[in-house]
Order: sequence, then structure tokens, then C-alpha cells
Amino acid sequence: MSAPDLSVQRRADAGAPAPPRAARRLPRFGIGRRTLVGALSLLGLLVLWWVLTTGTGLVAPYRFPSPAEFRGALDQFVTDGYAGGTLWVQAWHSTRLVLMGFAVAVVTGVPLGLLMGVSPRAEALLNPAFLLVRPIPPLAWIPLAIVWLGLGDAAKVLVIWFAAFVPSVINTWTGVRGVDRTLIAAARVHGAGSRRLLTEVIIPGALPMIFTGLRLSLQASWTTLVAAELVGAFFGLGRVLDAAYRDINPAMITVAMVAVGILGAATTRLLGEAERRLIPWRS
Amino acid sequence: MAQLSPLERWVLTLLGTIGFFAIWQGVAASGLVSHNALPTPAEVLATAWQLSFEPFAGHTLLQHLAASLGRFAMGFGLAALVGVPLGLAMGRWRLLDDIVSPIFEMLRFVAPLAWVPFAALWFGTGIGGPVMVIFAGALPPCLINAYRGAKLVEPRIVEAAQVLGASGPRIMAEVLLPGSLPSIVAGLRVSAGLAWQSLIGAELIVASAGIGYVMVQAQSNLAPSIVMAGMLAVGVIGLALDVALRRTETLVKARWGQA
Repeated sequence: MSAPDLSVQRRADAGAPAPPRAARRLPRFGIGRRTLVGALSLLGLLVLWWVLTTGTGLVAPYRFPSPAEFRGALDQFVTDGYAGGTLWVQAWHSTRLVLMGFAVAVVTGVPLGLLMGVSPRAEALLNPAFLLVRPIPPLAWIPLAIVWLGLGDAAKVLVIWFAAFVPSVINTWTGVRGVDRTLIAAARVHGAGSRRLLTEVIIPGALPMIFTGLRLSLQASWTTLVAAELVGAFFGLGRVLDAAYRDINPAMITVAMVAVGILGAATTRLLGEAERRLIPWRS
Repeated sequence: MAQLSPLERWVLTLLGTIGFFAIWQGVAASGLVSHNALPTPAEVLATAWQLSFEPFAGHTLLQHLAASLGRFAMGFGLAALVGVPLGLAMGRWRLLDDIVSPIFEMLRFVAPLAWVPFAALWFGTGIGGPVMVIFAGALPPCLINAYRGAKLVEPRIVEAAQVLGASGPRIMAEVLLPGSLPSIVAGLRVSAGLAWQSLIGAELIVASAGIGYVMVQAQSNLAPSIVMAGMLAVGVIGLALDVALRRTETLVKARWGQA
């Protein structure tokens, strides 16, 4: 999850001329070759799904749902609801918790990272606590959060905060330390005070790394929320996954997984949009 | 941003470490929070020591850790065995890349822990289920780094091997693999961290042994000192794994690394 995505790499490839061998093998179409093969691949996957579950029945319904069962479960979830709420209610419940935990982590993590980046004293003082807490994976905080706060929303926000806090701090801190020293010295020479130095040189300079941290934080938030809701919750998509597992309802499991995937992708996209607005010079 | 003298840095680091435990001890001893919620650092250590010899949730802490490490090795090994060759092949053959990438990108947005219900349905809650969840968590960095590594291998070297009559599998094993080894090992390190984290998640939800199971049992017994002893064990093992792989990474970079 924390690994950077392939799409950047691919865009870089697109500029380079395709190897002649590949170009000869497939004729050129109006849309890119890559898009075409990709679409065919996904279409093939859909056909394979239908063939395995419906056409031949090689995969039993209690193992994986057929497309029709998936559709049925989706309809049931949207109209009647499942595990205590309709799709929109459960999805909003989960999204709200992710956004709350993520927001708390950003509001606390980014300033702390800035402080540790700017002041070597603060860094030396706070680093030990970090080194002690960091090896514990965020998911390992779930049982403690439940002991402290129960199965309600507060425990989820606490765990998401822990999970999303560390990448925010570390990347902000790295970003600040990576700001060109010459720029800082130049701003100083031209009479910039500490405050202007921070807002006009250090923060803009560190912004790309800060956003890298935020993206990792957001991914960690979703992973942690799903895990926390699976361990114990009253509402949310993780609760739906758990209920569907207990009812042996693979169609509903699939619907909930797709919902989690779409929400994760959508929030990541929103963050990317914010990044493009805030740092137009990066691209 | 003046540099600190080594002495000043050393003193501040020591102060920070002492401060961390002092605040923990202070909050736990002050009675601000119930003693049932937050044990002192010494109590957590004592609990961890005690659990190493007395069984809890069926086994001693060491036996639980052994069960967890076994699952970890299987899931992580499987992810490396599938992810690295697939990534190299995708870096080598464009068509395979075009076919697999969209499916991979689609699946990657599903959080690894969301696979837990299917993993349990398909492979049970003993070993197979957690191993599949670990696999789902650990696969992406293995695959992506092998792919990147293969893309970075000088095409002329691959062409030279082809001209000299090397077959596809030989090119992969003798040209692409050594060329991309530094990138692959870096991916394996990231992957091991994610595998360890996914393992804990899987064991919290479905398992009948293992360190995650200990923690979730302690949670139902409202025993925070055992939960925190579990967190300590998870942290120590995770750190040891990371240090071991970091060492390997340095060695590999020194031996096979390109400029």
C-alpha cells in the first residue's frame, strides 16, 4: 500500500517511442494500444467470472458469487439495507470516520513534523518517543483502543489517528529537511523574519513531501478503519463485511469490498486534486 | 537552524527517552486514568516476562509468536515467489504488462484486510486464511519494485543476451534478476513490513493462535497489560525483521548495485 503507484511510471513510458517489435505486432488504433489491451483484459476478466460461476458452475456459489448474485446483493443493500443500514448509510458512516481520523492526524502531525524539521532541539527531544512507538503496526493499537473506548466511533478515530499520524509527521519532517539551505539563507539575507521564512520558503518547499505523507496517511486510514470495524463495530462497511462473512453471503462480501475500494480510490483522487491546486508547479 | 553539538544532542535524546517513560509512568500512577486502563511500563514488562512461561489463550507467548512467524514466512515467501517473477516478466514483455496492470491497479484499491472474509471462507481460519491476507498485503511492493527494476536494466544488455541466443527464462534469471536485485530487495523490505502488519490484522479477526489472537483475547478479558505486552512483542519482532532486511539491502547494494 505504501509503495508508489505504477501510473507515474507508465506516463513516463508513454513519451518514449514504443519498441518497433511491439508496434509491428499490433496495428495502431485511434485510442492507445495500452488502453485497448487493458480494456480487453478487464472484459476478459468479466467473461471469465461469468463462465466460472454461471456458465460452467466450476466455482460454487458459497465460494464466490455469480454476476447475477452480485447484482441481487447490491440491490438488496441499496433498497433494504444490510447489517443495520443501507449502502449509503454504511458507506457514509465509514467515510466520516476516516475523514475525522485523517483530519485529526493531519492537524497534529504536520505541525509536529514542521517543528521537528525546523528545530534540531525539538527533533532530538521527540525522536526517541517516535523510535519507540513506530515499530508497532497501527493495527496492533486496535485492541487497546477497544479496551479504552469500547466498540463505538471514538475508538475508531483514535486508531486511525495513530495510523495516519506517523506518515504525516515523518514526511513533513523529511520535506522540511530537504528544503534547499541556500534558499533559506537567501531569504534571511533579504530580511525575512522567522514567520515569513516558514510560510513563504519552508512550507512551500516541503509541500510536495507533505502531500506524499498525506497520501500514505489516507491509505493507512482506510486499511485501519476496515480492520477496526472487522474486529468489532456497530455500523460501517467493515461491519457489513463481518456480518456477510458470518451469514456466508459471498455476494454481500463482494459488494462491501467493491464499496471500500471505490471509496478509497475516490478519496485518494480528491487528495490528488487538492495537491494539483495547491502546488501547480509540481507537475 | 543551527546544528547541535553532539553532547547537546545526546543529552536531549536521553531526556526525550526518560520523558517518554516518565509521562507514561506519571499518568498511570497518578490515578488520572483508571489503573485498569493503563498499566505502568514496569507492569507491561513483567507481564511480557510472565507470559513467556505461563500459557495464555492456550500457549505461551513464545509459542504464539512462533505460530505468527510461521504464517508470516509462508505469506511473505508466497508473495515474493509470485510477485518478483511476475514483476520481472511484466517489465520484459509489454503485452503482459498491458494485460495485468489494469487488473492489478483495480485490486490494489481494496484494502488487504478487506480480503479477510473471503480468505476465511476459502482457506479456513487456521493457516490458509491468514496466509492469504498476508499475501494480499505483501504482493504489491514485490511486484512493483521488480517491475521498476526490470525497466531500469539497460535494454542493450538484454538485446546482447538475445543475440547470443539466450532463451526467455534464461534472460529473466541471468540478466533481469541480477540487474534489478537492489530494487527488488528494497521492495521486499517494504513488503515485509506490510506483511507483518497484515498478519496482525488477520490474527485479530480470524485465528485461534498467534500474537494477534493473544491481543484480541486479552481485549475481551479487559487485560490491558497483556494487550500492551503483545504490542511490545509485535514491535520488537517487527523491528528485528526490518533491521535484518535493511542489512541485506545494504549488502546487496554493495554487491550488485549500479551507479
